[in-house]
Amino acid sequence: METYILQLFNGISVSSIYILAALGLAITFGLMKVINMAHGEFIMIGAYATYVMQNIFLHYVDKSLFGYYFVAAIPVAFLVAGAMGFLLEGAVIKHLYGRPLDSILATWGISLVLQQLARSIFGAPNVDVQSPGWLEGALVISQGLQFPYKRLFIIVLVIACIIGVFVFLYKSKYGIQIRAVMQNRAMAASLGINTRLVDAYTFAVGSGIAGIAGCALTLLGSIGSTVGTYYIVDTFMVVVLGGVGTLLGTIAGGLVIGTANTTFEFFTNTSLGKVLVFTLVILFLQWRPKGLFTINSRSLD
Amino acid sequence: MTNSVWQMLKKRLAAALAVTLTASVVLTGCSSSQPANQAASPASETIKVGILHSLSGTMAISEVSVKDAELMAIEEINAAGGLLGKKIEPVIEDGASNWTTFAEKAKKLLQQDKVATVFGCWTSASRKAVLPVFEENKGLLWYPVQYEGMESSPNIFYTGAAPNQQIVPAVEWLLQNKGKKMFLLGSDYVFPRTANKIIKEQLKAMGGELIAEEYTPLGHTDYSTIINKIKASKPDVVFNTLNGDSNVAFFKQLKDAGITAKDLTTCSVSVAEEEVRGIGAANMEGHLVSWNYYQTTDTPENKEFVKNYKAKYGADRVTDDPIEAAYIAVYLWAEAVKKAGTTDIEQVKEAAKGIEFKAPEGLVKIEGENQHIWKPVRIGEVTADGLIKEIWSTGQTVRPDPYLKTYDWAKGLSN
Repeated sequence: METYILQLFNGISVSSIYILAALGLAITFGLMKVINMAHGEFIMIGAYATYVMQNIFLHYVDKSLFGYYFVAAIPVAFLVAGAMGFLLEGAVIKHLYGRPLDSILATWGISLVLQQLARSIFGAPNVDVQSPGWLEGALVISQGLQFPYKRLFIIVLVIACIIGVFVFLYKSKYGIQIRAVMQNRAMAASLGINTRLVDAYTFAVGSGIAGIAGCALTLLGSIGSTVGTYYIVDTFMVVVLGGVGTLLGTIAGGLVIGTANTTFEFFTNTSLGKVLVFTLVILFLQWRPKGLFTINSRSLD
Repeated sequence: MTNSVWQMLKKRLAAALAVTLTASVVLTGCSSSQPANQAASPASETIKVGILHSLSGTMAISEVSVKDAELMAIEEINAAGGLLGKKIEPVIEDGASNWTTFAEKAKKLLQQDKVATVFGCWTSASRKAVLPVFEENKGLLWYPVQYEGMESSPNIFYTGAAPNQQIVPAVEWLLQNKGKKMFLLGSDYVFPRTANKIIKEQLKAMGGELIAEEYTPLGHTDYSTIINKIKASKPDVVFNTLNGDSNVAFFKQLKDAGITAKDLTTCSVSVAEEEVRGIGAANMEGHLVSWNYYQTTDTPENKEFVKNYKAKYGADRVTDDPIEAAYIAVYLWAEAVKKAGTTDIEQVKEAAKGIEFKAPEGLVKIEGENQHIWKPVRIGEVTADGLIKEIWSTGQTVRPDPYLKTYDWAKGLSN
């Protein structure tokens, strides 16, 4: 029994990581329709930003405060990855709107450049981020049932991010502008919205959330220049399965893929589990090409 | 009519001429830059040896320090007067963690630099990639890392452990001291799969019980489900052949799940001092490993070796098994050259048979029959300071047996 409860928890934990990695993609790919192959590298940038923050706290800040570096690293990861996203949008992506094939190639090239850049700056070997003391250990229910604090923290972080994105998109002035531009660009522009600026900061927000995902990943393993590439396929899968353009769909897609992955892995093995998940997703998309959630929108294209 | 045909021909001819001209200019431009380098050092003054490791890419974490150890050995030999009255000159090439690059660079070292021997490689994949190059060009490679066995090329000397000098004795010791139920966990490629094939036969023969066999892709980072499986199946021992950074994720997450070395015995064969540094000593304290050498190995030669290594590369650096195996490879080759009186490969190979050397790990000897070396086997426990403490050893050296011919249960494995 304990094993199954723990397995359910693992499923939710892996799902939460998928959702966090895919949330940014739901914005840049789902809303803006940019196929950004460099999305994984924004995850990497967030992870390295966390590593840099750790080193800054280690060397320049009082020792008693070291435990809090991770709290500081989350906004820093968001801002650094967001700023990189803003630059990338201005330099490259804006020339490629409506040209999906070109953008695949260009962003894939950018992802290689960013990986090499990381290797040049931080060296080829992976680096390890030391977790803060308050995240060590586990919530012990019984001897066999322990929930690691790190994974609980990531789940809480993901819920906070989801709420944040919802509030941003549906309650804030910027969010309303974003949705207006994505639904009808010409109309939004004629109502006085600077659509160029909206594009740029939408892309920046999406990239920034990928940065937060990278920050969370440092809790689980080591960080290298290719850390993002392990997630890129899964995150696209999550967004496509959920239904392109809906946030609820991304959350549902992440939950389905995450729990299916861990469940299949538990009953078969790691490689076969992944194969089964991908096969089922492909079959499902044959049946419902638009994914789990479809939006009924008047902006048919 | 004829006029227009002639004009067309003329046009095409001109185009073709232009292409060949540019091509030849470009080609001569490229090739002319090469011989200048070659002529720089006359072959008579130094003995050139190749060093071929991944100095970039995912394997750099392990191979850079191995290269450092080889350079240190070369420097020491040069400082002591060189070899046959000449200085040894290392030619360093970067295999870049890419197996085809390894093969290309090996070819370059053998054909262009005409090196006397090459010290290099880490992964079995890179060794398998350069093997045909060495056999074709009649080169000589010294390979410094423990591996899965089932190989014995006349053009390679293996200074790391064969399976019967690391994996087989470790499994035997675990069965006797820690329990019969074994959980095999490894990365999904040639070394772990071959190693586990051997272990499964051994378990059958020695009354062990296979609980599960799990593989994860190289670079895999989420071990929560596997840890849960381990928890549910309650093995006595997890035999770990994970490679690279997956070890970081596995041991971190094991600790987070509330499992320490007190609750579960793990034994790793690809985690040495260098890797413990990356995983974090706190995450690995008390877990077991199996090798032939540790930084703490108590011999006078090792005290000297560790002191020199730290003096040269920094006090925070550690030595470990592959570093030591790479270091002694250079010395063993030098001894063989001295004995042969020449760097001719056939004569050096002949002279190398039975050569003994006082290595940091103890007195080792080259086995002429398969070009592996006699080594002691040591099981160790990771301590809080990130070093490894020996808890058991064979005492004397063990004869290398890459095909496990001396074990009855291994009969079906070598084909």
